[in-house]
Amino acid sequence: MKLKTLFLSSLLSVCASQVWAETVTVYSARNEQLIKPLFDAYTKETGVEIRFVTGTEGALLERLRAEGSNTPADMLITVDAGNLWQASHQGVLKPVKSATLEANIPAHLRDAKNEWFGLSVRARTLFYSKAKVKPESLSSYEDLADPKWKGKLCLRTSKKVYNQSLVAMMIAQHGEAKTEQIVRGWVANLATDVFSDDTAMLKAIAAGQCEVGIANTYYYGRIVDQEPNFPVGIFWANQKTDGVHVNVSGAGVTRHAKNEKGAIRLIEWLSSDKAQNLYTDKGMEYPANPKIKPDALIAGWGTFKSNLINVAKAGELQAQATKLMDRAGYK
Amino acid sequence: MTRITPSGVMRFFSFAGSMKPLFSRGSLYVLPLALLTLIPLAVVLSSFLQPQPEIWRHLAQYVLPDVLRNTLLLVLGVGCGVLLLGVPLAWLTAVCEFPGRRFFAWALMLPLAMPAYVLAFILVGLLDYTGPVQTLLREQLGYAGWFPKIRSPGGVVFTLVLALYPYVYLLAREAFRSQGKRALEAAQTLGLTRWQAFWRVALPMARPWLAGGVMLALMESLADFGTVAIFNFDTFTTAIYKAWFALFNLPAAAQLASLLVLFVLLLAWLEARSRGARRFNGKGGQGARIVLQGWVRWCALALCGAVLLAAFAVPVLQLVLWCAKVWAEDADRRYAGFILRSLMLAGLTALIVAAAALLLTHFTQRFRDSATRWLGRLATLGYAVPGTVLAVGVFIPIAWLDNGLVFLLQALGGTSTELLKGTLVVMLLALTARFLAVGHQPVEAAMQRITRNQEDAARSLGVTGRALLWRLHLPMLRGGVLSALLLVFVETLKEMPITLMTRPFGWDTLAVRVFEMTSEGMWERAALPSLCIVLAGLLPVLILVRQTEK
Repeated sequence: MKLKTLFLSSLLSVCASQVWAETVTVYSARNEQLIKPLFDAYTKETGVEIRFVTGTEGALLERLRAEGSNTPADMLITVDAGNLWQASHQGVLKPVKSATLEANIPAHLRDAKNEWFGLSVRARTLFYSKAKVKPESLSSYEDLADPKWKGKLCLRTSKKVYNQSLVAMMIAQHGEAKTEQIVRGWVANLATDVFSDDTAMLKAIAAGQCEVGIANTYYYGRIVDQEPNFPVGIFWANQKTDGVHVNVSGAGVTRHAKNEKGAIRLIEWLSSDKAQNLYTDKGMEYPANPKIKPDALIAGWGTFKSNLINVAKAGELQAQATKLMDRAGYK
Repeated sequence: MTRITPSGVMRFFSFAGSMKPLFSRGSLYVLPLALLTLIPLAVVLSSFLQPQPEIWRHLAQYVLPDVLRNTLLLVLGVGCGVLLLGVPLAWLTAVCEFPGRRFFAWALMLPLAMPAYVLAFILVGLLDYTGPVQTLLREQLGYAGWFPKIRSPGGVVFTLVLALYPYVYLLAREAFRSQGKRALEAAQTLGLTRWQAFWRVALPMARPWLAGGVMLALMESLADFGTVAIFNFDTFTTAIYKAWFALFNLPAAAQLASLLVLFVLLLAWLEARSRGARRFNGKGGQGARIVLQGWVRWCALALCGAVLLAAFAVPVLQLVLWCAKVWAEDADRRYAGFILRSLMLAGLTALIVAAAALLLTHFTQRFRDSATRWLGRLATLGYAVPGTVLAVGVFIPIAWLDNGLVFLLQALGGTSTELLKGTLVVMLLALTARFLAVGHQPVEAAMQRITRNQEDAARSLGVTGRALLWRLHLPMLRGGVLSALLLVFVETLKEMPITLMTRPFGWDTLAVRVFEMTSEGMWERAALPSLCIVLAGLLPVLILVRQTEK
């Protein structure tokens, strides 16, 4: 009985929601706890209902492809430019013409065809043990391949997309041969097996298992938020050369969106002054909109020059980067 | 005790011997059940239509050698480990008597409710270089380099054995409970010591159960991604995920996945072949328990206690501590909904799978031809496919069917764009495809206790066909069906990829909550939903205990 009711109600809600209130349907690879507060605020402000389902990037993409023109989704939110590039490449997104978005989001953080737009920036930079390393001895990602770091480097697994993107950007910059040399240097310098997440890696630096490592700043932020005396420092990489490697989480309108206009309005709103802090602060990321200041805690780390190569390059070269890391023995 | 019948009708998989028809009446009955798994498998297999030579070359050179070695290690380690842990524990609580036996009999099932990836995260957190144990040792002794590395092959096997031994425990207990004491007593009157009787009588008689339990543990290890990822231990599944998510090559991923399925099929075939046509009838009836004396009983207590501590008590304590920290932030009214939906989903899936498993076993027993048997085997392969791959395999045909139906309806003037997908039915079908193996193993093992004589007697009394199901099989398979219900219920509570991909809008469950937190590395905040899963998993364990401990 209960099953029947639920079954019917879920069927009904699918049909009904499109009739009565305006609804935007979102597939999101960004966590529920990071996006729900935004959606609630948007609904409160505009009265537009947002229906969403979360999942892993790959699965959501396959779902969009399988559903084809009958997809209920108007919009896709995902993390990492690699995934956004892939979504665009597989043809599930459509170009959007919006002066607001072009004004709010810098060119290197959005797709050249305007199929997706970065909404938050994630910086991946160097971290060091305050007890053992002088920040002056640090300089760049490339420098971590130097034998002076032998037995002192900690890294996260190459299976994480963040590292694939980082290496992809290095390929874009240095070419494949030189990048492979650098990655081999990293592997030779490892203090211990690679870690499965950034937080564990940062804690290993704090515990003295190693001295330097590469991580996304928001993982560091979450730890520092809890333990202000965390003995690990942040260092902005490659400031004398091309700048810190940045990545984005972002959104695009699906090719077969039923409510295309609603989806565009939602993305525009997410890029606006009102929403950017709400979008980025909870996750301790940087706003994509350069006019907006980040959260106080992360603003305290200072400003940095970021790499201006379009983040889409990370997606384009991701498979190549993965193969390179396999060859170099980076697990 | 085990009877060898003339080979012929009962020979498993004797396809080489004589040509048997591919289809039989039995296989027609089994087909609808098997289709649930066969269609997604066909989708996965269809990937071979798009050969990916370039990716394969790369994988073969740089990825597969390591991955195959690790996978083999995992299979051997987990296979031996779950037997070495599960069988003694089952024997102690099912047959012996020692202090605390009644408590451990059910408590040792509890780790079933602990998702393996959660256990992995907790163990790594506690025992790695940065964890409290090693930190304390370093502070006290100045050096802890001798401490065994948890992020190592041994650590992965240790964790998976702790997480998966309950399969063997549960099934072996059922075997020991149902085989009765008479066989053991007979063996001892024939001059075997109690130890010899265990090895030469009790253990061989429990074989289908043990094989079933080990098979489940191995399939889960082979399809596991979450646990090995935490240890950064690359297995075959890692290669599948790499091909899909890092090299963006779903066909290559599916091709790899089908090799995994083939491997499991091979294992199942080898097991069935070596079992041959033996049957494993027992006389049932509870005799007196073997009362352990002296230091042996304290050893028994210590073993049970240590396992329960490592696999359940310590991890739960850690979860509770984390919960206390994040409670205020995470616990809200929505949790009632998460719990309710989880329970409902798990309950429905358990009922459907148990019913399907019963039918499957009944048909393969009633029609003893090889076509039916093969189809039955194929139907239970869903568990060997990594969850996300199976989820895609289920979703693609459903979306295709849905698109077809929508097209028809639109031609008739309808406006809907979704009919099947986004309903609970799809999610239940997909979960059934995944967990049919889990439900099938205990029921199939229990079927081995029904003697040929009992069936012949039933037939001679006019109980045939469908009546055989209701009047002989169902009542006699009760223990097996209850185990199936429990296992599937708990598995569904923990299941992530299929729930994520096929759930209707707003149908978030506890496992989805765990995903939301862990996907961004917030393990501590996943404590609350994880703990709820463990607590919800207690429910069926307690019911099962009441049913079997009379």
